[in-house]
Amino acid sequence: MVVQVEGLRMRYGSVDVLDDVSFHVGHGQVVALLGPNGAGKTTTIEILEGFRRCSAGRVAVLGVDPAHGTEQWRARVGVVLQSWRDHGRWRVRELLAHLGSYYAAYSTPDVPRPWDADALVAAVGLTDQANQEVRRLSGGQRRRLDVAVGAVGRPELLFLDEPTAGLDPEARREFHDLVRGLVQDHGTTVLLTTHDLAEAETLADRILVLDGGRIVADGTAADLAHRFAGDDEVRWTIGGERFVRSTPRSTAFARALFAVHGEDVADLEIRRASLEDSYLALVRRAESGQRVAS
Amino acid sequence: MRSGLRPGLQQGLIELRQSVTGTDLVGHLLWPVVTLVALVLLQHRDRPAGLTLGAFALPGVVGMFVALGMLLDVQYLSADREDGTVLRARAIPGGITGYLVGKLVTVSGTVGLYVAVVVAGGALLIDGVDLRTVDWVTFTWVLLLGLVATQSIGLVLGALVRSPRGAGYVSLPVVGLIAISGVFVPVTALAAGWQAVAQVFPVYWLGLGMRAAFLPDAAAVAEIGGSWRPLETAAVLGAWAVVGVVVAPAVLRRMARKESGSSVAARRDRALQRVA
Repeated sequence: MVVQVEGLRMRYGSVDVLDDVSFHVGHGQVVALLGPNGAGKTTTIEILEGFRRCSAGRVAVLGVDPAHGTEQWRARVGVVLQSWRDHGRWRVRELLAHLGSYYAAYSTPDVPRPWDADALVAAVGLTDQANQEVRRLSGGQRRRLDVAVGAVGRPELLFLDEPTAGLDPEARREFHDLVRGLVQDHGTTVLLTTHDLAEAETLADRILVLDGGRIVADGTAADLAHRFAGDDEVRWTIGGERFVRSTPRSTAFARALFAVHGEDVADLEIRRASLEDSYLALVRRAESGQRVAS
Repeated sequence: MRSGLRPGLQQGLIELRQSVTGTDLVGHLLWPVVTLVALVLLQHRDRPAGLTLGAFALPGVVGMFVALGMLLDVQYLSADREDGTVLRARAIPGGITGYLVGKLVTVSGTVGLYVAVVVAGGALLIDGVDLRTVDWVTFTWVLLLGLVATQSIGLVLGALVRSPRGAGYVSLPVVGLIAISGVFVPVTALAAGWQAVAQVFPVYWLGLGMRAAFLPDAAAVAEIGGSWRPLETAAVLGAWAVVGVVVAPAVLRRMARKESGSSVAARRDRALQRVA
């Protein structure tokens, strides 16, 4: 197990921001923490990154409590931060080569560290910008540099906190390709947070839905749709009159519809329950106070 | 922790190069040059021991520029926390050590530049400043002890300041301290209370040590007790340096521990609001 979390609790004053959160992430998995703003995603990931102490519970990242992580441990973990203006006067390649030099002391025969700066610049598609100042990069380029900074020590586990917030759709797609490439080529385990369902669906093997400080769902995109989506919607008309019916078995329902009404059935439309519906339904249910057991 | 030393040194040199290229160099040179011009204009007022005012004041000015390294530290630290540089250092093994070493190198290099401009310019333009008569041994140990003492104070102050605006407030007492430390007005002209305050802090001793290095021994009559007091100078600067070396890393680690993605994001939002 790369990440193990048992009964995690985070309390500010009398408010529980995280309440009995438990989950695990296996080697080589890409897991998304999905939830609306204020759900506790960032608090969770900051505890796992070792940037914040939890109030109660057991947390192990690569077998170590992140609150007591040594530099050795730090070298095995990559953090992609939300960038702003830092290191603006450094050049892209220069910054990566320099930050990489911190990892040289932690190189092992299995994992040679750091990642060669030229190869890394190429891997994140910044070869043309290698000698450009960081402050002159576009938003999407800057984000790819942030991933490169997170990956320069060849981490076994990479954290991404809201990685595509503020990116345009094109830059977002490029970013997704980049992360998928890292995972495929290097077997990196990834834990990311996002409030964007489509992003969780594209990137993650598994999705943890966090709401109000609790995990309300844990599974693949298909699992979630199956377990929480509720019913498909069937619409049709007979003799100009419109009908709508919700049913868990839309195909069987349609067959029965034809068996009874034959060719009178017109304008047939079946809307499968999408994960988006299930996510919105989950969030709505969670917000109205009815917690859903995962 | 040791693994951060070499990268930190390299980081300091790269950032020093960045800060002395392009338009930033103009900003750095402005103050030493303006101060030098003032010294040149005032140089011919006579002082005791046959010195001109310019030659008499120059060593104090050198000491002042070493002390101003404190303010550079405060500015760097508050800016680097706001823009996420400190957090990035925290996410890297040995990163905080490297960050601190890097800042010491960058600020020491910048201070070295100020001192070089003032000393070289003074030798060329001010009557009575003769580099051949300077006691370079004294100059070197006063400079080194002074750099460590003032910058560890600067790093602690920078760690305690919460925002760039706070950095502005901190510079007021530092400038006040320089004013009572005998750089422009001899400390013997001040009330005994102010003299006592000035002698607690390293700025006065930096100036005194530099005067001991640059001026003939006869000029010591103008000082408190009529002596350069080298032992006291070494003791006070050394004490600040030791306290700083012990205290600063602990205070800075505490500061770094409070950094997280959400605290940087919160400061960014506040800063963007200020702009808007």
